[in-house]
Parts: sequence; structure tokens; C-alpha cells
Amino acid sequence: MQKLLLLADEAIAQGALDGGLSGVYAYPGTPSTEITEYIQGSPEAKEKGIHCRWSSNEKTAMESAMGMSFVGKRALVCMKHVGLNVAADPFMNAAITGVNGGVLVLSADDPSMHSSQNEQDSRYYGKFALIPVLEPSNQQEAYDMAYNGLELSEKLGRPVMLRITTRLAHSRAGVVRRAPKAQNEMSAPKIDRQFILLPANAKKRYADLLTSQAVYEQSSSESEYNRYEEGTDHSIGILACGIGYNYLMENFPNGCPYPVLKIGQYPLPRKATETLLNTCDKVLVLEEGYPLIEELLKGYTSKCLHISGRLDGTLPRQGELTPDLVGIALGVKEVVETPIPEVVKMRPPALCQGCGHRDMYEALNAVLAEYPTKRVFGDIGCYTLGALPPFGAIDSCLDMGASITMAKGAADGGLFPAVAVIGDSTFTHSGMTGLLDAVNENSNITVVISDNETTAMTGGQDSAGTGKIEAICLGLGVAKEHVRVFVPLKKNFEEMTRIIREEIEYKGVSVIIPRRECLQTLKRKKK
Amino acid sequence: MKTDIILSGVGGQGILSIAAVIGEAALNNNLYMKQAEVHGMSQRGGDVQSNLRISDQPINSDLIPLKSADLILSLEPMEALRYLPYLSDNGWIVTSSISFKNIPNYPEEADVINEIKKVKNHVLIDVEALAKEAGSLRTANIVLLGAALPYLGLPEQYIEDAIRSIFARKGEDIVNLNLKALYISKK
Repeated sequence: MQKLLLLADEAIAQGALDGGLSGVYAYPGTPSTEITEYIQGSPEAKEKGIHCRWSSNEKTAMESAMGMSFVGKRALVCMKHVGLNVAADPFMNAAITGVNGGVLVLSADDPSMHSSQNEQDSRYYGKFALIPVLEPSNQQEAYDMAYNGLELSEKLGRPVMLRITTRLAHSRAGVVRRAPKAQNEMSAPKIDRQFILLPANAKKRYADLLTSQAVYEQSSSESEYNRYEEGTDHSIGILACGIGYNYLMENFPNGCPYPVLKIGQYPLPRKATETLLNTCDKVLVLEEGYPLIEELLKGYTSKCLHISGRLDGTLPRQGELTPDLVGIALGVKEVVETPIPEVVKMRPPALCQGCGHRDMYEALNAVLAEYPTKRVFGDIGCYTLGALPPFGAIDSCLDMGASITMAKGAADGGLFPAVAVIGDSTFTHSGMTGLLDAVNENSNITVVISDNETTAMTGGQDSAGTGKIEAICLGLGVAKEHVRVFVPLKKNFEEMTRIIREEIEYKGVSVIIPRRECLQTLKRKKK
Repeated sequence: MKTDIILSGVGGQGILSIAAVIGEAALNNNLYMKQAEVHGMSQRGGDVQSNLRISDQPINSDLIPLKSADLILSLEPMEALRYLPYLSDNGWIVTSSISFKNIPNYPEEADVINEIKKVKNHVLIDVEALAKEAGSLRTANIVLLGAALPYLGLPEQYIEDAIRSIFARKGEDIVNLNLKALYISKK
């Protein structure tokens, strides 16, 4: 079959396409964005009529995927790890309803927080929802797991999670394709009233989910992604999850002398895990993210003290694994320190020269300098970089949409001026409901929706609210005379500062919309 | 054969276009390859790097271990130095000598160049001047790749063929322009 050079993200997209996918649902988020983009750019997907438009947020994406599943078709839903928090409600309940057509929930974690607010480990969500989790160690497995995962979900009758991390998501390697499967025909849900989670039904579905745990464990035991590799030296055994396996093997180019249990599907295969624990003096757990397995094996009573990993300090508790950290943990590598020369300075990312957010911040800072008690609540997007010099313009960044609601809460608490800065895509993702709260209480806040008509930080994906921002604000009840629009350009400085000053002085909810297209998307269009 | 390369530069300079050529060369010749990239926030003018590994044997880690890179190939001199902990004792630094200053505390250029000269195996090259000589500033990345040809562990022909196939879509003139850029530092 055809061999392609693909990022793991792209491999997952191609694997799902070849695995009989009918629709992908997603909101952009690093490091998951390239999956949906690949499907959007695929001529085959277009020809087959695969759904691939961006959703407003991860929750709407997850729910739409469940609708696709309801009618018997296969769906992929993609998000970054913190996006799963947004989708957590439908995600947890989808485990209760189960699926008709297969549903693969892709969650891309970001240990070391390259582009994120935390390094939460999505495997906990899989365990929380009591569903199987797949975790590839390389690009080929990423392809295979997407290809087979949709079918696995259908066979088990539940959603299946596919968990990756940044390092794999954004790494390229050769991938061999398999023969494409046909899409499912439409079909009615097979189990009577399975999708109606009234307590009487939900109890039955939950009982069934609990009973099915043994089936999932059996599936893990038979899985091609879980492999026990016997070793000659039983002084230590290694349980290696996902890409932890690669770092292990990197340290043993001629083969690992210790028994290794490679894990690519959860829950853990019990028999193989017990063999490792019973036949080795010690066990080292290599897992990317939190010490989920290490904690599980150790147990509350710490009877199994011979288990080591991130919890006992053998590996760092924080940050992603590297071949060096694993080598040091195994005692096959010395700590080597070639220092970075002192002449090398930090080079943090910055807003592009000429970006509209810059002009917005300059005007905002100029006005707010007149208000010593001001606070600015920020949000998630390129404009979060307004926290850095030369702007130092924002005081918070919590999660998608929190700028508006934190400003509201602060105003409730007596703060003036309370200003929110949010982007257009983040506003339609999670800001709208908070704005309704503020309108209903006529909170004294000033909301700046810095509109660059795209989802810029993740590379310029379509923004759900383009052309609709004023209409949304008016519809939510913001007074017409307090929805103000200007073009953020240096030459408009006087107009911008006048409008900002007027709206801060207005005692109620006002929305200011600086609107100018993102330079990056503009540049791309001109090409 | 096995070559571990760290590509570095500043977000927006286009290190991934260099990786694409080497990747094409590796794939066309049935070599194994892994290439870890940086996407997301850092692409907005921050420091960026890519770990590129090529081998005739399967490759395990997507990341290059410390002290084991054969080559640091950099579009910016200070960014070349950032990855010095990864360079093997006999490894090479091939870097553009042109500073990219988008931070207020960028060091003295001479200090950066002196630090690179302390590395046993280094090539400093004015990619912009050579790219102009080749016919277009846009070939700067290919000029840099050309300067690294002796250290890639791949026959020159592989890279030349990769450039032909990558730029074929854009016509014969663009192919020839890039081939000229590839070999211009040889002179």
C-alpha cells in the first residue's frame, strides 16, 4: 500500500478516513488542529462528502458526533486536552448511552505546556468515563488505531478515546495506508431507548457499562497494541505506555535486556501486568503525563513499594519525558551538562508586527492609565501575548471565555473599571453565555471583542462568529448604543481612545469591537 | 547510516521548508525518518526547532538525546547556540551568520559569532548574500541546506532529486533557481 510522510495528527486523520469515517467534529486547539485540517484538505474526503467544518466549541463537536453515531455512522471528534473539559458533559454521558455508529474521541495532551494552561492527562477522563483508551507510540500506530478504533467502538458499543501528546502529534514519519473501508449506511440505534438518559434508562445503561469492564479488559489482553516482551534480566521490569516505549528503546539500541510490557490500550491487560509484577524484582513505569498507572499499581497502602516512576522521583513529576530522562532513570545514562552559552537570550513569542491586537492594546493601555484601580481580564488566543512586554496589558487568563465572567464577578465585588479582552472565536466558543449573565444583571463591565475574523493562534481556522458578532451582542441584550466598532489602526488612535473612554464611563455592559483581519490569514489569501 | 539533525531558527523563518526537502530525500530512498516539529504559540516569532532523524534502521525516539546530534542547522546564529547541549562531540554547526533581532536584549552580534567560533566544527554562512547571488532572497533556506550537504550523511543527488520533485509544480525556472542556490556555497 501507499506510504505517506505524515504527522501523527495527519496519520490519525487518514486512518479515520480509511476506517469508514462519515464526519469529523472539532474546535481548533494545539496540538490537535492538524487532524481536522487534513480532512478539510483531503480530496478523497471531499469526494466522499465527509463532514469536516469546525464546530463552535468542543461540546457542540462532541454532541454532533453523537448525533452522527445515533444514525449509525462513524464519527471522529478532536480536541486538545483542556477542550475535553468543555466537552466533559456529553463525553461522560456518551459513555452511558453508548454508541450506534463508532465514535472515536481524540484528546491531545500537552505535557510541558508548550501551548497550554495545564498538562492534565486525558487518560484520567477515559478511566473516569470507564471506556477503553488507545495510546499510540508512533505514527503508524496512530494511523492503525484511528483505522481500527472506529470499528472497535462500534463492536464494544461505547465511545473509545484516542490519546496522544504533543511530541507525537507534531512529529512526522512514514505511514503505510490500509485498504479504505466503506462508510456505514444509516441505521436506527440497536438498543431500545439507549440514548434517553432518564434515570430509569440511565441506571440500566450504567449497569451495562460496569458489566462491560471485563470485556474491555479482555479486549486489552487481546490487543495488538499491548505486547509483553520477555527479557533476560529480571532485576527490573518496565511498563512502557505510549511514546515512553520509544524512549526506552532509544536507550537500548541492541535490544532491552529487561522484560517490557508495552501498553497501547487501556484498561491495563491484567494478566500481563501481573506477570511483570510477579516475575521482576522492581518495576519502572514510563508514562507521558500524570502517574496514572504507577499510582494504580502502587495502591493506597503502598504495599508494592518496588514500583517506581514519576511519583517516587525516579522520573520528574512535571513535564514531558525525554530519552535522556528515561536513560537516567534506567541507570544507563549519566547526567551530561553542556551548558547553553550565556550569550543566548530568551526569545518569547510576540504579536506580529502590524497586528490589530497591538493597536487595540495601545489604545486600551492609554485610556486605562487614567484609572489606577483598573483591571483587565484576558482570555485565550494570540492576544494573551498582551500579558508580555511591551504591553503588560492583562491581569488574568484562566480558560476559554473567562475574561467576561471574571470581569463580571470582579465588578460584582466592587471593582471599577472591570475590562474584559476576548477574541472573536473565543467569544463564540464560550464567551456568549457569560455576556448574557452580565446583561441580565446590567453588570458594570466593558468587553473588548478583538475581532480578527479568524481563529488565529492555532493557524487561522474559520471563526464561527465572523460577520455575526454585533448581531450576537444585540441579541443577547446589549444596548445598541453601547456596541461600538472601530478599525484598530494607528491613524484611528484618537477615535479608539475616545470610544474606550466613553464605554468605560458608561455604567452597564458595553461591548467594543476593534475589527481588522489577521495579517497571517490576509497574507495567505493574497498568495 | 544514521544522522540526527537539529533545525533551529525563529518562528516564521521557515525551518520546516528545509525539513521538507530532507524528508522528501529520505522517503524517496526508503530511509527511515522521524521529524518532530513545533507548532502553536512559538510560531509567533519565538524560538523554534525541529528534531530530524534519518536512518537506514528503524528509529525509536522522536527526540534526539543530549550530546548526540550530528548537525545543528540554523537559520539564526543565536538560535544555533541554544541547542548546543544536543551537539555531539564531533557534530557540526552550520548556521546563517545573519542575526534576527526581535527582542530588546539581543546580544552583541560579535559575541554570538565568537561563541559559534568556539565550536570545533562550524560553518558560518551569509545566506542572504548568497541567496541574492543565486537570484532570489527566497532561496536563503536552500542556500543553508546546501552548505550542510557534506554533513547530512546522504548523497548530494538525493537532495537534488528532492528539490526537483518538491519544486516541480512551480516550473523549471524555480527548480533551477533552487538548484543554483543549493550549490552556490560550494564555490
